[in-house]
Amino acid sequence: MSPAQTSVWIILGYLALLVGLGIVTSRKFKGTASDYFLASRGIGWFLLVMSLFGTTMTAFALVGSTGESFKAGIGVYGMMASWSGIVHSACFFLVGIKLWSLGAKHGYVTQIQFFRDRFESDKLGVLLFPVLVGLVIPYLLIGVVAAGGTINSVTAGAFPDLFAGGGVGPAADKVGGIPYWLGSGGICIVVLVYVFLGGVRGAAWANAFQTLVFILLGLITFVVIADKLGGMKNATAMVLENNPHAARRTVRPDDPMTRYVEAKKQYDNTLVKWHKAPKDKRGPVPRAPEKPHGITYLHFLTYMFIPLSVGMFPHLFQHWLTAKSASSFKPAVILHPLLIMIVWVPCVLLGMWATSAIIPGKTDPVIPWGQGNPNLVLGQMVAQLTKTGGAGILPGLLTAGVLAAIMSSLDSQFLCIGSIFANDVVAHYLGHDKVSDRQKVLCGRIFVILIVAVTYVISLQRPGSVFTLAVWCFSGFAGLFPLVFAAIYWKRTTKAGAYACVLAMAGTWTWLFSQADWGAKREFLFLGMMPVATIVAASTLALVVVSLMTPAPSEATLAKFFRR
Amino acid sequence: MKKLVYALIILLVIAHQDFWYWDSQELVFDVVPIGLAYHAGVSIAAAILWAAAIKFCWPDDVELLEEEIARDAETKGGGI
Repeated sequence: MSPAQTSVWIILGYLALLVGLGIVTSRKFKGTASDYFLASRGIGWFLLVMSLFGTTMTAFALVGSTGESFKAGIGVYGMMASWSGIVHSACFFLVGIKLWSLGAKHGYVTQIQFFRDRFESDKLGVLLFPVLVGLVIPYLLIGVVAAGGTINSVTAGAFPDLFAGGGVGPAADKVGGIPYWLGSGGICIVVLVYVFLGGVRGAAWANAFQTLVFILLGLITFVVIADKLGGMKNATAMVLENNPHAARRTVRPDDPMTRYVEAKKQYDNTLVKWHKAPKDKRGPVPRAPEKPHGITYLHFLTYMFIPLSVGMFPHLFQHWLTAKSASSFKPAVILHPLLIMIVWVPCVLLGMWATSAIIPGKTDPVIPWGQGNPNLVLGQMVAQLTKTGGAGILPGLLTAGVLAAIMSSLDSQFLCIGSIFANDVVAHYLGHDKVSDRQKVLCGRIFVILIVAVTYVISLQRPGSVFTLAVWCFSGFAGLFPLVFAAIYWKRTTKAGAYACVLAMAGTWTWLFSQADWGAKREFLFLGMMPVATIVAASTLALVVVSLMTPAPSEATLAKFFRR
Repeated sequence: MKKLVYALIILLVIAHQDFWYWDSQELVFDVVPIGLAYHAGVSIAAAILWAAAIKFCWPDDVELLEEEIARDAETKGGGI
């Protein structure tokens, strides 16, 4: 059996294990909508810690963190991970616990139910439904695209007679690897199966299991790669010699920037060949490598707004409501920053090492100089460094870990989309007493299949800048954070203020997204800041000004949501 | 104590902007760049401060609401 075939069997075994877990948890399913969507509000602290962490960590946790560090250096930890450690826990503590208590008291299942009630407005739900679902779809895309790409990359060469490969550029399917369409489609089906079998309880158990898997396998990968590079000290020494800018947040004039210099030479040669080729045989214009430029203070600071998105993720809202008690949140609030650190620090180091890694005794870099797709870096490091000795076991295990991170977010998103549709559209308009629990669950499942199918079709277009799209999606959710925060803490927030907040978010988000050429400008900053800073400022301002200009909510509503 | 904990959290947010290590490539244990090690420390500090927030800033109204929910559940004969 070839190493690539070993990887395929490990991945298939892991997926089978998940389906098995779904079957086990389905035995605990009580058949009610409350049990399917909220696990009868009975999830204890351990499952809550794991499901909240697993849900917030996407493919970005392993693949993206390594890739971003490879591209921009160690500063990405401060921007993406340590900010998240502070802000996510703040959201759990200040928003999650409050929403849990209000949800348990008033029987909410979805965010929209809460907002409709709090702002005495049925139509607010009509406005929020497309906004929330529309923002979740790019989030789903991250997982589906990353899953298909990772599986294809790791299984390359496994079945050359079956899969011929094809396509052009970084999105090309590798010969013999499980094709992208099959890998991403297969992952969607596995997640749908275990979610349908066990509902949110199944997702929570799968999340806990998968979170442990990706933490453990991430650490194993780190140790093995460090060893193959001649030890951690040697790996870091190579960085300081060739690409020291990756070990800080600045680029100095005398930096060797070996990776960029070599990539630029390759690009210049390719460009000459491209110009010489007949026009009808040229293909796409070669892309120039990005010159390292460091991270500015303002860019670094304004990244803090991105993790506010956690306060408005509909799938996290649903997880919050599954908690058995408010106390169940305590370990999640404390452990979340530590779990982020355990996953991200090794990945950021791996990404930094990848800029300069050369296997001891050899001359070629582990990641070829012209490599332009940072998201392939982790897979390539593993594949290149475990060619001997590992026989496909480590790549297979790492892929299982990456898929675990991906699926532990996809499952919750699938469930929450179904829940929103079943509760906020079907049951809300037909009448909760007219729709049985079974029908609600069925409607939820049908809508999820529809959304997953749409996402899958979009994913087949191989959107290259999927992580950029993710940042835009998070920016939209973060722009709605003032709404949830004010709904809980500011009595004076009014219905009109809530509408103004959502519309201001949507307006500024769309305008800034268009300025970024609809995501094509990957490093787009507005006034030197992350666009999310402007979006949050605009939505906050709109909410405050319009709320102060319009009549306060009724006494009955205030009594329902605030203690005197 | 409550105010002190929140003040320390704000201080952590300020300390997050570590301009003093921006251009440093000093290594910790000859392996980890100081800019990364410092932010790993920020993550540990965040965990400690949120533990303090849970101890000293736990919202009273949530406790009351939880009791209320439990009472309602007893009356209705169901769980929360």
